Amino acid sequence: MNYLMSFLVGGALCLVGQLLIERTRLTPARILVGYVVAGVVLSAFGVYETLLEYGHSGASVPLTGFGHLLADGVRTAVREKGFVGILTGGLTSSAGGVAAAIVFSLLASLLFRPRMK
Amino acid sequence: MRSEDYQQLVWAHTPKKPLWQGCFGAFVIGGSICVFGEALKELYLYFGMEEKSAAIWESVSLIFLSVLLTGIGVYDKFSRVGGAGTLVPITGFANAMSSPVLEFRVEGMVLGIGPKIFSVAGSVIAYGVAASVLYGLIYFILYQIGVVA
Repeated sequence: MNYLMSFLVGGALCLVGQLLIERTRLTPARILVGYVVAGVVLSAFGVYETLLEYGHSGASVPLTGFGHLLADGVRTAVREKGFVGILTGGLTSSAGGVAAAIVFSLLASLLFRPRMK
Repeated sequence: MRSEDYQQLVWAHTPKKPLWQGCFGAFVIGGSICVFGEALKELYLYFGMEEKSAAIWESVSLIFLSVLLTGIGVYDKFSRVGGAGTLVPITGFANAMSSPVLEFRVEGMVLGIGPKIFSVAGSVIAYGVAASVLYGLIYFILYQIGVVA
């Protein structure tokens, strides 16, 4: 059941992205930025928590899930650390993924050659 | 010719696939990436990881695989079929970091790789963090006056 819901929710979020690309001419970079900000907003209104409950990885793997992670980190940090948490929360909760992407990309630049398109 | 005019012209002459075809590809490939992630998480949970750690390692694993596939040139082929299905998941974020890194290594490590790694991801992180700080400010106030728990 988790797998089916992951597929449906994840697929639907990607489908929306595809429609945005084909119908509005938004560039991929803008879509990514839009998804992250949308994730923060949806999480702020408590919508994303519900989506995660039903969609599992289908909600956490798309970039809106990254936005939710930022917002959730801020909530936790504000509760635990007070005012400074406003600044520290987002980057702290997303640090794992960002650091991994940086390090793996740097390693890739050493290991792989660029290829012709 | 202004760049917007040029964009218009490119748009007008780009061969268009039927809408449903792109949407189908995005749905199936994007959904499959999420299912794969879910399977990884179940595996990590099975090996006794806690929920939070399993979720982080799920992302890290997907990022690792995405960078690897970008490096060997397979991710590009996926994205031709998958469209937004390969862009929207976290793997698309990792691809947006690793792909320019490979392309710009000839410009050197400090002025090529370093800045290019953030050419798209930088924007995502910048606006994501900005949104989270703005939300944090609002949340802080609501929390102080006791509107939210």
